[in-house]
Amino acid sequence: MNAPSPPIHVLQFRGHTLHAMASGALHWPAAELLCVSDLHLGKSERMARRGGPMLPPYEGIDTLLRLDADIAATRPRTVVCLGDSFDDAASADALDDVTASHLRPLMAGRRWIWIAGNHDPGPIALGGTHLSEYRLAPFVFRHIAEPGAEAEISGHYHPKARLSGRGRGITRPCFLVDGDRIVMPAYGTYTGGLHCDGPELSALMAPGARAILLGVPPVAVPMPRRPA
Amino acid sequence: MTALPPQITGWFESRGWAIHPHQRAMLARAGDPCTLLIAPTGGGKTMAGFLPTLAELADGSHQGLHTLYISPLKALAADIRRNLTGPITEMGLPIRVEDRTGDTSSNTRKRQRADPPHILLTTPESLALLTSYEDAGRTFAGLRRVIVDEIHALAESKRGDQLMLALSRLASLAPGLRRVGLSATVEDPAAIARLLARHPDPCEILQADPGPDPDIAMLTTPEPPPWSGGGGKYAIPRVLEEVKRHRTTLIFHNTRAQAEIFFHHLWLANDEQLPIGIHHGALAREQRERVEQAMTDGRLRAIVCTGTLDLGIDWGDVDLVIQVGAPKNVKRLVQRIGRANHRYNAPSKALIVPANRFEVIECVAALAAVREHDLDGDPRGPGPLDVLCQHILIRAAAGPFDAGDLHAEVITTGAYADLPRETFDRCLDFVATGGYALRAYDQWQRLMQRPDGLWQLRDPRAAQRIRMNVGTIVDADKMAVRLHKSRGGKPLGEVEEYFASMLRKGDTFLIGGEIVRYEGMREMVVEVTRTPWQKPKIATFMGTKFATSTQLSDRILSMFRQDDWPELPGHTRDWLHLQRKVSRLPERDRLLVESFPHDGREHLVAYGFAGKNAQQTLGLLLTQRMEAQGLNPMGFVATDYATLIWGLDAVEDARPLFSRENLVETMETWLAENAVMKRTFKGSAIIAGLIDRSMPGGKRKSGRQATFSSDILYDTLRKYDPGHVMLEITREEAMRGLVDFGRIEAMLERIGDRIDHVRLSRVTPLAAPLFLEPGRVPVEGLASQRLMEEEAARLMRTAGLETA
Repeated sequence: MNAPSPPIHVLQFRGHTLHAMASGALHWPAAELLCVSDLHLGKSERMARRGGPMLPPYEGIDTLLRLDADIAATRPRTVVCLGDSFDDAASADALDDVTASHLRPLMAGRRWIWIAGNHDPGPIALGGTHLSEYRLAPFVFRHIAEPGAEAEISGHYHPKARLSGRGRGITRPCFLVDGDRIVMPAYGTYTGGLHCDGPELSALMAPGARAILLGVPPVAVPMPRRPA
Repeated sequence: MTALPPQITGWFESRGWAIHPHQRAMLARAGDPCTLLIAPTGGGKTMAGFLPTLAELADGSHQGLHTLYISPLKALAADIRRNLTGPITEMGLPIRVEDRTGDTSSNTRKRQRADPPHILLTTPESLALLTSYEDAGRTFAGLRRVIVDEIHALAESKRGDQLMLALSRLASLAPGLRRVGLSATVEDPAAIARLLARHPDPCEILQADPGPDPDIAMLTTPEPPPWSGGGGKYAIPRVLEEVKRHRTTLIFHNTRAQAEIFFHHLWLANDEQLPIGIHHGALAREQRERVEQAMTDGRLRAIVCTGTLDLGIDWGDVDLVIQVGAPKNVKRLVQRIGRANHRYNAPSKALIVPANRFEVIECVAALAAVREHDLDGDPRGPGPLDVLCQHILIRAAAGPFDAGDLHAEVITTGAYADLPRETFDRCLDFVATGGYALRAYDQWQRLMQRPDGLWQLRDPRAAQRIRMNVGTIVDADKMAVRLHKSRGGKPLGEVEEYFASMLRKGDTFLIGGEIVRYEGMREMVVEVTRTPWQKPKIATFMGTKFATSTQLSDRILSMFRQDDWPELPGHTRDWLHLQRKVSRLPERDRLLVESFPHDGREHLVAYGFAGKNAQQTLGLLLTQRMEAQGLNPMGFVATDYATLIWGLDAVEDARPLFSRENLVETMETWLAENAVMKRTFKGSAIIAGLIDRSMPGGKRKSGRQATFSSDILYDTLRKYDPGHVMLEITREEAMRGLVDFGRIEAMLERIGDRIDHVRLSRVTPLAAPLFLEPGRVPVEGLASQRLMEEEAARLMRTAGLETA
């Protein structure tokens, strides 16, 4: 029995077919690869550790349950986590048993690549392959977009976009796509976003870029930009 | 009675002033633990509060802080300092008076803690902050009296709860502390006395001579008010006439949007260029201060304003108050009227302008209530737990404490007198550990219990963070509005985020009396240009919305029982007669439901008279029931007195829709998902210290990855920890706040099974204005997704791109 096909947005990038998933994951069916970015596991723990608020400590479970569902739907042989998978190096070490016990079965039986992020640069004890960037032709996967890069898939910025339709404003995390790069939305449950009409993302993305807003299914619009 | 020292009596005599009877009475009771003085504005109320202090301090022997004065407005604290310093200097009294608010410099504030003045004037938030320091014991040692000004305003909000909790702390730091409350006219002085007094101390209530009854009437206009809507634009020529006829007029509106629109049209009609200003909470501070200054200097003939001018500086020159729109609440009306003529024993003069035909009835009912001194108000219920959680945090910031002692202290606060220890302990657990079913933070608890049983902060640095989050005012998410310039233009004010999110490039709206055009959003700033020649799109940003009070609704329903209405203008009277002929009029102990086809759709109107919030909730609940029954409801709109629902199919029998079990059951499922709950959650979570003000919904961090929405926290909590105390607090808050289910229940109770469903062939007179009401709520399922797809398709087409 086939699982119902998940709601996706199909996009062509550098001659390859990629699926932007409603959850914020990116699926490359031909390579049997699933890519997610900015899981920020351990965020609530880090905040409490630093004397901040004690947020509901369930975001790790929630993030991994969604990842579990995406893996079940796409059956990837390779999973690439594009960095900032852990909120900081200490959260990776301090990962609670519940979260760790959800993560291990997901990693079992497939190639698992941890790309280093700016929050979690150090190696971690969870297994998997640790890389600063990963190349699988024609793509390069890294945490932060590099100027002048081509065929690059990155995360870091947590892009989000705002639309207004018939008197209702809608703000959603989004993929940003131009001819050279894809910037992924943050996958973690407790992650904010950076408006793509701010200066940084407006400068990064080429004219004609699109934003693919998360939804069921995700929908593409011309990327909202900073007013000139 | 405290004898007045000669410097004071001499000062009064030199001015030829007599001490008012209520000022004498306050002196006579100076030794009582608690006194509440009810006096009209202009009655020397503040002096009555301070006279015992001046008398006790006259001999110069008291060291340190003697009297703490708390007002809801920092402007008022500064004003009182000026008004008090004058007489004290003239009397030659050795008394130091200072104020302390958010505007006080940090150097002064530090000095004030170590070397407090004799009289300190402050706000509830600044006081709570003062009690959070380790040296609070030293600051407040020797404190004898606390004066709470405008306590009627504080008593209605969490600010009052926080203040009273702080007083419970002060009572421990300074035993024998005496409390005085100063209040405007209220419906239930005993309730305020209970809040003020240290439980179970008695509190005597002194009523000053209320002065003459106000001179108040409905403004008559040559043309009748419109059938619906607010704002009172039709009355502008008459309002201008009245402004010309008086020295200074305050023109009150119920919402900011209405104030803006009215001000705009007032200016268009202001041929003589009378100096008229506007004042409301969404204006930039500089702009508000300019208006206040102009007012103080007597340069303005009128100010269009909202509740921001309900309290505050005594402007003796105001000789007319105009209330535009039905007052919704008689007590607020009376207090607003009191803003005119701050001279003792002169009647205040006020005019009410009904904004639409139904409000004519409401205004007549309100006028009758004012004449009969029949004020309204709803009991507030026990003290809210989010404020208690913050109080526990503030206590922890000041140093280690014993849980039993703190509980004992808290229950000396009127609003928390019945707080069970178990509930207190749950709040303490929440503050200490997060209170989650998953004990994730054992290592990182905020508070820990020491071996000797006392609770203390795990990390003393947390105290700083707690102090930054003190306060119970949680604003809706606002976005600054600025003129569009390359380097950020002049700030004009703020709009609520949801309003901003609806704007499209080219839309025009009013702010600060100017018409501006929306150019774009730059991060969290709305950029606009001036477009004085364009017609403004209606500004729908909200400001405070009040529901018509239960008492006022009852009065209206009682009026409907009359055979005729000679007190109403002809047009309104005819309208009611016609309704009675065509259908029937709503009655207090019955529920009138009308249904009729109109314009190809079926309509149903329920005249519940439960107030706007409750009628709105009723709309949501009924449409959900109807959806379940396959009646295809399409939308609804609610006013203070009725809910109108439209859809594809007719309701044959409305009775089952209103069964209590059905509504409660629908309520349970609906409530959890509701945006109202998420909004309420955010407010309570900030107050209780679950999230920082600088986090979700608070101020945006400067970092790249901005904050995430508190909605996510709410959803996560509901999914993984549905029994969490924060969800309980949220529910309780929503039920008595925006959801107002209490009034639906009261209505169901009142009507029992007496539901009159009248089936008609067309729209009835009473229902007709509902069709013109703004704020129609569509009933939808996957609407957001559909809207997003529609908009995406449009944008892609416009950009010449394919949608796939």
